[in-house]
Amino acid sequence: MSEKEKSTELCKEGEKTEGDSGLGLGVLFFLIAFVVVFLSGWLLFPKLLYSKKEQPFNFNHVLHTNETGSCDTCHFLREDGSYNGIPDLASCMECHEEEPMGDTEDELIFCEEYIAKEKEVPWFIYSKQPDCVFFSHAAHLKGKNSMECKTCHGDIGESEESKPYEENRITGYGRDIWGKSIWGIKKHSWDRMKMDDCAECHKEETGSQGACFQCHK
Amino acid sequence: MKVDRRSFLGLGLGAVAGAAVSPAGMKLTDDSSIMTQNWFGLLPVPIDGEITFDNSVCSLCKGSCGITVKKVAGRAIKIEGQDDHPINKGGICLHGIAGLQYLYDPSRIKSPLQKIGDRFEKISWDDAVSHIAEKLTAIKDQQKPESIACISGNDEGSVSELFKRFLKVFGSNNFYSMASMDTTWETTASKMHGKSNTLSFDIENSSFILSFGSGFIEGWGSPVHCFKTNAARKKKNVNLYQIEPRLSNTAAGADKWIPIKPGTEADLALGLCNIIINEEIYDITSISKSNSSFQAFSKMVAKDYTPEKVAETTGIDLALIKQIAHKFAWADKPIAIAGKGRGDTAGDTKEFAAVHALNCLAGNINKKGGTWVSRKNNYLKFPLAKMDSIAKNGFSKPRYTSFETLIDKVAQSSDSDIQALFVLNSNPCYTMRDSDKVIKAFENIPFKVSFSSFMDETAKKADIILPTHMFLERYEDIPSPSAGITKKTVGLSRPLVKPIFDTNNAGDAILMIAKALKGNVAENFPWSNYKKCLESVTKDIWSSLSDKGFVVLTDKPSYLKPSTDFFHVTNNLKSVEAQGDKKSFPLTLISIDNVRIAGGEIASSPFAIKTVSDKVIKGTDILVELNPETAAKARLAHGDKAKITTPVGSALVKVNVFEGIMPGLIGMAQGLGRTLDNKYVADKGVNINKLIAPVIEPGSGQDAAWGIAASISKV
Repeated sequence: MSEKEKSTELCKEGEKTEGDSGLGLGVLFFLIAFVVVFLSGWLLFPKLLYSKKEQPFNFNHVLHTNETGSCDTCHFLREDGSYNGIPDLASCMECHEEEPMGDTEDELIFCEEYIAKEKEVPWFIYSKQPDCVFFSHAAHLKGKNSMECKTCHGDIGESEESKPYEENRITGYGRDIWGKSIWGIKKHSWDRMKMDDCAECHKEETGSQGACFQCHK
Repeated sequence: MKVDRRSFLGLGLGAVAGAAVSPAGMKLTDDSSIMTQNWFGLLPVPIDGEITFDNSVCSLCKGSCGITVKKVAGRAIKIEGQDDHPINKGGICLHGIAGLQYLYDPSRIKSPLQKIGDRFEKISWDDAVSHIAEKLTAIKDQQKPESIACISGNDEGSVSELFKRFLKVFGSNNFYSMASMDTTWETTASKMHGKSNTLSFDIENSSFILSFGSGFIEGWGSPVHCFKTNAARKKKNVNLYQIEPRLSNTAAGADKWIPIKPGTEADLALGLCNIIINEEIYDITSISKSNSSFQAFSKMVAKDYTPEKVAETTGIDLALIKQIAHKFAWADKPIAIAGKGRGDTAGDTKEFAAVHALNCLAGNINKKGGTWVSRKNNYLKFPLAKMDSIAKNGFSKPRYTSFETLIDKVAQSSDSDIQALFVLNSNPCYTMRDSDKVIKAFENIPFKVSFSSFMDETAKKADIILPTHMFLERYEDIPSPSAGITKKTVGLSRPLVKPIFDTNNAGDAILMIAKALKGNVAENFPWSNYKKCLESVTKDIWSSLSDKGFVVLTDKPSYLKPSTDFFHVTNNLKSVEAQGDKKSFPLTLISIDNVRIAGGEIASSPFAIKTVSDKVIKGTDILVELNPETAAKARLAHGDKAKITTPVGSALVKVNVFEGIMPGLIGMAQGLGRTLDNKYVADKGVNINKLIAPVIEPGSGQDAAWGIAASISKV
């Protein structure tokens, strides 16, 4: 065997022995790491990212809409066009008094802890948007292309229980903005409230997704 | 199988690939971008809520502008001018717009305080009031009720009236208010048109304005009203001639600036009278030649104020003096005004009388665009005060002619006639001339009670402080200033925010003291609180006052043509001169009123002080204005450190070489050198009042100093 042949032989052996097992283990490790990280990113990460907080007490939308008739009895536009959002204690007290009207435990908490003490209820707001965004409810509720509350807020008006508020530990905003799906997948218009969702609807309705300064003033 | 380098590489790549396709990567990127927008909550975001607007009146100065306070969820966030207000018509100045900063000012007094040794200690309202009542009872028991005095920032309004009433039924006639140009105008009106009269100027309808140093856009009269009048004047081509030794903002915006030797304004006015009478271009319909006082006046000006003489005294060109006289006399609706700068201090009686003589010669009295002579408005209806024998006796004792004369006397000896002093809405230890002497006088008064919102120079000298609400927290009737505006209005200051500290309305504080004194004093104060009192004493106008927030009392001149007595001008009045020996103090120090610097009892807000030019304050240094010629003589260049010395004090300053000030003068801003516990406005520059000695006029008893002899040297 010449020198050249010998070295070729050695190389082949090397490939056979070390190369095969090394690559196999590498692929295995790759796959294990891939699966673990991927699944963590999908399933574990959202659990770590969001903290769960319960509302001060349960609020039954169904009960209230049955009594008052519509969303805008409590969530109304003020005379100047600004939106009142979640009603304050004074608005609630237009109906409620220190004595509970019904017999739910939650109303009792409301009457004793908040009405009697004249304390505003520290509700967590699921749909609170970052402060860098200007949004006018009036512009979306009035006029010929008026929208329904449901389009953005979903079926909250039909809820009997207040779902826990999931707060993003990094941004401090609620989970409803990004949406329940960590993938950002949406099936309904109300599943997500990100800028792209605004833009998508604006594009459909007005033909343009709008300029930056329209919302980011 | 062997775990080697490649396995680890596989592990790493697997993790990276897993992360890349998992949602965590894009979610974290998005979240971090949102997080950085709000970067640890450093961006202040006001709370959200219903936006409401409430009307009130600003009482930071005497202007009495109507304000609209914007609130979000009940929290005051912005002050704007009230659109339909008769005085400011939606306008507002930089002090008013920053009014909220006073609400949260670090120097606010948070609870009643009592001085123990050199320190203030917190006490309750009840203890403070009973302590005051004890001291006052002791004074009354000694049969010396006249030894209590009160100094107030203003003479009008129900709170001042309550303090006046308290002193009266206690037995003292020693209620004083801080003098301003309004005081001198009242003197002028009473002497020339009969007692109890006051003067105001309908400048917005004039066709020619001759201003003797009035800082028309520097805070004179009702400032915002004047800004608006000035803007309208330019559109209507109404000329303004500004006579003053320095190129102020008003002079810069005037049609003509006429530099004059300070202190010779009266001579110029009388010189103009000379020309007008001599050429018979005065209003013959309103002045009768047979009027003996007019004859004496004519004789006096013909003899002592010939144009040639006046040109020499004032340093103004003879031809220019004639031109001004003609322009004034030939104008359709001319008006002459005085009151240097903002008119925060009393003026020279002779100067005011001479300037008003011009108005009388022009025949503009009680005419549109002219000078209105009217009775002082009295919209307050207090029940008659009932006095017991001690009170009657005390009240009949002679009083000082003014607070200045009282301070002058008290400073001289520690055994003073004044045993107790109430200080209301004023800061005499800062605003009065020769403030070191004022402080000494305060030390000679055994018991001082301050009703102040801020720990200012005077509150620091008090024995008890009863902290008052600031203007956004209280009810009060605010009458418009008398001279600055013809439309006499009264506005209603309303509590728009809940009191932040343990403070009270000064009106309630005096009611509490009266009740604690019991007996006759308490019987004269039947109201349960100040608001009830205000409602009852303004009963005739209360419904419209509380509804609209203001009431216009009069907006037309009286149809009466008051007679004019020129003897007041003819009688040997003397012009006020700068005090001091000209040999040791060759220059003259004059004060400059800058619209951005509040000069009165209240200091500028941090916002306002930030807007002051660095040619006035740089860091903590004050810059004084010197003409290049004066600076060269003193071997000073721009930015040099220098020392100013006057007969009463000295100060370290920096030099601003400025062509707009006449040679021989040193110009220094008024309103600096505060010693409040507010690092944003305090300890900047020097308080000019420490350097100027008061010149008390014998007749009025008011301090009419406008400057002082001074020297400047490089350090």
